[in-house]
Amino acid sequence: MVDSSLVLYGQTVAYTLYVVVILLLMIWFGYRITSSKEASVVKPALFYSFVSFLVVLGVSLHLITHETIPWKPLDLNRDKVTPDKVFEIFIKDHTFILPKDTLEIKTNELVLFRVHSSDLTYGFGLFRPDNSMVFQMQVIPGHENDVLWKFLKPEVFSIRSTEYSGWKGHNMMIPHAVVVN
Amino acid sequence: MSFTDTFLNGEQKLFKHATLTPMQKLTLRFVVVGLVYYLFAAFEGMLMRMHLVTPEVMFDDKQYFAIMTAHPLVGIFGSSYSIVFGAFLFLVPFLMKKPLWSFKLANWTLWLIAIGTFIFWFAGFLSHYSPLYTLYWPLPADFTQFSVVGGIFFILGIAIVMLGTVFFVINIFKTIAYTPEGFEKQPKGVLRAALGFKRMKNADGTYTVSTPVAAIARGTVDTALNAGIIIFTGVLILIYMIAALLGQDLKHTSIDALLYKNWFWWGLDLIADGLVLIFVAGTWYLLATLITGKKLFMEKWARVALLVEMIVSWFVWSHHLMSDQAQPAFLKIFSGEMLTAFELITQGLAFFITLATLWQARPLKMSNPLKFLLGGLLGFALAVPAGIMQADLGLNRILHNTQWIVGPHVHVAILVGLTMTLYSAIYTLLPILTNGAKLYSQKLANFHFWAHLLGGIGMGAFMGMAGLNGMLRRTVYHEAEFQPYMILAALAGSLLLLSFLAFFFNILMTIGLNGLLGIFKPSKLKKDILLP
Repeated sequence: MVDSSLVLYGQTVAYTLYVVVILLLMIWFGYRITSSKEASVVKPALFYSFVSFLVVLGVSLHLITHETIPWKPLDLNRDKVTPDKVFEIFIKDHTFILPKDTLEIKTNELVLFRVHSSDLTYGFGLFRPDNSMVFQMQVIPGHENDVLWKFLKPEVFSIRSTEYSGWKGHNMMIPHAVVVN
Repeated sequence: MSFTDTFLNGEQKLFKHATLTPMQKLTLRFVVVGLVYYLFAAFEGMLMRMHLVTPEVMFDDKQYFAIMTAHPLVGIFGSSYSIVFGAFLFLVPFLMKKPLWSFKLANWTLWLIAIGTFIFWFAGFLSHYSPLYTLYWPLPADFTQFSVVGGIFFILGIAIVMLGTVFFVINIFKTIAYTPEGFEKQPKGVLRAALGFKRMKNADGTYTVSTPVAAIARGTVDTALNAGIIIFTGVLILIYMIAALLGQDLKHTSIDALLYKNWFWWGLDLIADGLVLIFVAGTWYLLATLITGKKLFMEKWARVALLVEMIVSWFVWSHHLMSDQAQPAFLKIFSGEMLTAFELITQGLAFFITLATLWQARPLKMSNPLKFLLGGLLGFALAVPAGIMQADLGLNRILHNTQWIVGPHVHVAILVGLTMTLYSAIYTLLPILTNGAKLYSQKLANFHFWAHLLGGIGMGAFMGMAGLNGMLRRTVYHEAEFQPYMILAALAGSLLLLSFLAFFFNILMTIGLNGLLGIFKPSKLKKDILLP
């Protein structure tokens, strides 16, 4: 499975390129509409081509991510997959209750994190030592909240609530809670 | 003229408030209230930016989250709603060439929004009631964290704003549909035509209901639905609050948190993905035609896109629940991904049509309305694709609730896209609403443009970079984990605040202090005339 940092890197490059293009386009447009000496007609064909481009882009984006981001199909089919390991995690009064002090995982294991809240809406996310996010999900009280993940290399992660649950929950974090050996 | 004279009486004493009609004064009052609340929101935004650079120096996290709760609501309801409602209550009669249905109701809208905003802001400021605008159940009714009385006043303030909103909705629909006394009978089905469910044209081939009015009508549908959901949710929360006041502890589990999240986001999203996009597209069309004096390019498609946008906006809420694992996968894919992608198309169409209308009218002068319109177009061109990216199941897993969401998407859409469009409208309407007042300083207007554009994009970009590196949007980091990004975002934010102060000063010097106060004095002219 591709690491989420690689996907984020790809997204950063793609969006940055898009920003540069759109900025240049608007600068060029602003210059041309004020400097040109004569008006010109915009052909309807250009309009229809642009509409077609947007349709193709809108449809293809999600297809591309479905085929290239491995956790997307995994997430959609997680009820059909048998995980190698399951961790039941509880949250109450802004506190994570883990089955063990450290959740140990072996590389390439498929792990299901099932998180239960008995009071508020929280978040559940794993973070690398440099604070970058591995993944996250929302934790809704009274519902099953589970996420399936495959860990590729030995690493240590912190658990942090990724959703605001009032000022009492501003520091819901357990450092070094997940260890991949 | 001396500086003091200009400050008191406006640039060249051209602004004479006594010549204004009641409608002009009412619209200007909406704008003044909207700008004052923009200053509130901008100041609060800067306080938050500074707290994220060095937490706990000025205030504690509890106050920070209270500010974070009020900030978007003051910005949207107190500022944007005031400016947009004021402009539309003037523009619908102006474009339809008939008086507003009820001047009195419009006045109520103004004061209800102004007072309601102050009440919820003040309640949050004093009591630190801070469940955020998302109000995820049962947080708004968690009285182990929040004051019941503070919460009651907070919700009452929001309810008052919503009442003003309902009055606006009634006034807009009535104004479109009614026949004023002494006027030629309004054609049957004009409201349906405005909403896009009936084709209606004049003998000369023009649309009976102009495209900007059609956009206002369609966006107003979402405004009404949104107000209904917020009022319903507010009443529900109030029941829990009143019970708590009476010493009763109602069970939180009586309400399903996921169902609640669905209906609340359904309503809330009608602002972000409904009325904002529709109103903005309509405003672009109006501004493009006013700036160029030409017909709108592909007007038929523009109207179709407005209708599609309205309908699509009712079905896209699920992109806010992509990380909720109990949310049905069908809703995540169909509503969250596929239908949301339609917004790329509808907003892309509005973008193209506006640019093509401008292009066909070359050469144009780079006036204030034009440059701010281009800024607004750029803002949405940057923010909409950022939103489409996060509305993807794969990417949402690593982006949800990070600074990416509020930076490149939310703040760039609101500050660069929406606000620059509103500034373009203000610069366009200023001479019309002031009977020819002259702008005090073009240099200040230029500074306003560049500082706002660079500040808005810069702040969004630095927040986005922090988000891509893992910084969450509703978390305060006390170990300086993301401090370099936050310093840069704060610098960009201060540029935004400076740009607004320059704009505010420029407008004040244009109309003068006496003129500003005069806006709030009653007009002696008739209420049913728009312009003298």
